[in-house]
Amino acid sequence: MRPFTYETATDAPEAVRAAAASADAHVRAPVQLIGGGTTLLDLMKLDVMRPERLVDVTPLYARFGRIEATPQGLRLGALVRMSEAAEHPAIARDYPVVAQSLAQAASAQLRNMARLGGNVLQRTRCNYFRDPSYSQCNKRDPGSGCAAIDGFNRLHAVLGTSEACIAHYSGDFAQALIALDATVEVLGRQGPRAIAFADLHRLPGRTPHIETTLEPGELITGFVVPAGQWTRRSTYLKVRDRESYAFALASAAVALDMDGDTVRHARIALGGVATVPWRAREAEALLAGRTLDEAAATEAGRAAFAHAVVHQNNAYKVPLGQATVARALLAAQAMRL
Amino acid sequence: MEGTDHAGRGFSRRAFLETGTLAAAAVPLAAEARPGARAMDEAVAATTGVPVMLRINGGEHRLTLDPRTTLLDTLREHLGLTGAKKGCDQGQCGACTVHVDGRRALACLTLAVAAQGKSVTTIEGLAQGGTLHPVQQAFIDCDAFQCGYCTPGQIMSAVALISEGHAGNAADVCEGMSGNLCRCAAYPNIVAAVEQAARELTAVPKAA
Ligand SMILES: Cc1cc2nc3c(=O)[nH]c(=O)nc-3n(C[C@H](O)[C@H](O)[C@H](O)COP(=O)(O)OP(=O)(O)OC[C@H]3O[C@@H](n4cnc5c(N)ncnc54)[C@H](O)[C@@H]3O)c2cc1C
Ligand code: FES
Ligand code: FES
Repeated sequence: MRPFTYETATDAPEAVRAAAASADAHVRAPVQLIGGGTTLLDLMKLDVMRPERLVDVTPLYARFGRIEATPQGLRLGALVRMSEAAEHPAIARDYPVVAQSLAQAASAQLRNMARLGGNVLQRTRCNYFRDPSYSQCNKRDPGSGCAAIDGFNRLHAVLGTSEACIAHYSGDFAQALIALDATVEVLGRQGPRAIAFADLHRLPGRTPHIETTLEPGELITGFVVPAGQWTRRSTYLKVRDRESYAFALASAAVALDMDGDTVRHARIALGGVATVPWRAREAEALLAGRTLDEAAATEAGRAAFAHAVVHQNNAYKVPLGQATVARALLAAQAMRL
Repeated sequence: MEGTDHAGRGFSRRAFLETGTLAAAAVPLAAEARPGARAMDEAVAATTGVPVMLRINGGEHRLTLDPRTTLLDTLREHLGLTGAKKGCDQGQCGACTVHVDGRRALACLTLAVAAQGKSVTTIEGLAQGGTLHPVQQAFIDCDAFQCGYCTPGQIMSAVALISEGHAGNAADVCEGMSGNLCRCAAYPNIVAAVEQAARELTAVPKAA
C-alpha cells in the first residue's frame, strides 16, 4: 500500500472541504473519503486506488446514521451500516426489497463495517480492473484499453457497455434504490443538493474512470425512498455461483403495483448484468395494464435483455437474467401481504 | 489459547509464537537481503508514524504506527496477539474476524488508526479466567476443525451470530457463518458446534 495521511472528519462541511482538494472525482482521485473501508482498503492493497489522503467520515454517524420510516417514505443516513438497515423491522416489513438486497450482500462481518454511502460507490469486481499487472484498463488508466473485452469476461456486463469498458456494477442495494425511485442527498461546496438515484451513476461511454455525477468532495449524506403501495410487494432475487457470500451473476429487484392480477406498474431493476444500476424500462412498459402470469413474466424478461451485447464468456447472462426477471416478478406477485 | 492440550500437557501456543517472532527478529535477514527496501520502510514510518491508542480485550495499548497498518497487523505484529489469522488479507475469508464494539468485523480491512476509541475483542479475550467460552468448548467437543487456521475467526463469528439471535437452525447458521471460509471443509462439524453452543447460551437467560 502506498503511504497516505489519515484524518477524521468532525463535521460534514469539513469533510467536503478536505475531499474537494481532488481535481476530479474519478477512480484515482488523490483524496478519498473512507467509510467502512471495505472497498477502498481492498483496492488500496491491490494498488488500484492510490489516495494520498484519507478522510474518515464515520465520526459523522451521529448525524447521518439514522433510519426514519415515515408515511412519506424511508430516509436512510449514508453512515447507516448495511447490517442495521438489513435488520430494521420497518424496512423488512414495508420495503422488503431494500432489506433483502442488503441481507444477501457480502458477509455479516462486511455488512457490519460497510456503510450505505460507500456501498453505492463500491467498485466493479472486474478482475482486470482489480489487477494492475494488466496494463489495459480504461477505468484505472484512462486510454489504456480494456483487457476484458477480449479477455475472460464471464462476470462482465451485457447491458450499458461501451467499446471502452464492459465492467459490471456488482452491488445489490443500488438495484433496490433505483427500482423504488429513490433520491440521493449530497453535500457539496455549494451546499446540499438531491439527485435522482438513477442519475448518480454514469454509463461508461468513453470515460469509464468517471463513475458518478458527484463533484469532487461531495459527501453522500443519505437516501430517500418514497412510500407507495408497491414497496411492500417487492422482492430481491439474486443468482450467484454459491448460495451465500457471492456477488450476483444476475439479480432482479422488483416492486409491483397491482390491481388484482393486473399490473398497474411494475418497477424492475437488474444487477450483475449491467455496467451501472439498471432500470428495465422496456420490461416495465410491456407489463403495464397486463395480467401477470408466467407468459407475461417471461416476455418481460426477454424485453429486459432486448439490447444485450454479449462477449466471449458472458452470453449465458442473457437467458439467466431473463429467467431471473421472470421468477422475481412471479415471486413478488405470490407474496401474501 | 493457553491451557492443556489433548494429551494433558500444559502449553502456551502464544508464548511459543512470541518466542519464534523474537528469534526471527534477532536475525536481520531481510535487511541484509534488501537493504534499500528496509531503509525506505523506515523512512516512511519515521515521517508518517502516528500515535495510536487501542483498547483490546479490556486493556489499553499505546503505539506509534504507520497509518497504513491494519488492525490485523497491529494485533499480530505489534502486540503479539496472533489468534486472529491472516488468510487472504482482502476481506474474503473471515480468518481475521474480531469484535469491534461488540460487532464482528474483519481486522484485515480495518485501519488501526480507525479503530481508536472502540473496544476490540479478539479470540484471546474470550475465555474467562481458565474457563473456555461455550463456543470454544463446543468447537472442541464437536471436533469442528482440522488444521485450525480458520478456527479463531469461526469462533469469533459464531459468538456474534449467537448474540445476534440468528443461530436457531442449521440453515441460519450456514447463512450467518458464510463469511468464514474453511479450507479443510470442516463445515458440518462447525455447524454442529455453533448449534450446540447456541442451545447452551440461549437456554440460560444471559447475565446482564
Ligand atoms: C469479499 C467481499 C464480498 C462482497 N460482496 C458483496 C455483495 O455480495 N454485494 C454487494 O452489494 N457488495 C458486496 N461487497 C462490497 C461491499 O458491500 C462494499 O465494499 C461496501 O458496501 C462499501 O462500503 P464502505 O463503507 O466500506 O465503503 P468505503 O470502502 O469506505 O468507500 C467506498 C468508496 O466510496 C466513497 N465514499 C464512502 N462513503 C462516502 C460518502 N458518504 N460520500 C461520498 N463518498 C463516499 C469512498 O471515498 C470510496 O471511494 C463485498 C465486498 C467484499 C470485500
Ligand atoms: S484475512 Fe481478513 S478476511 Fe481473510
Ligand atoms: S480447519 Fe483448516 S481451514 Fe478450517
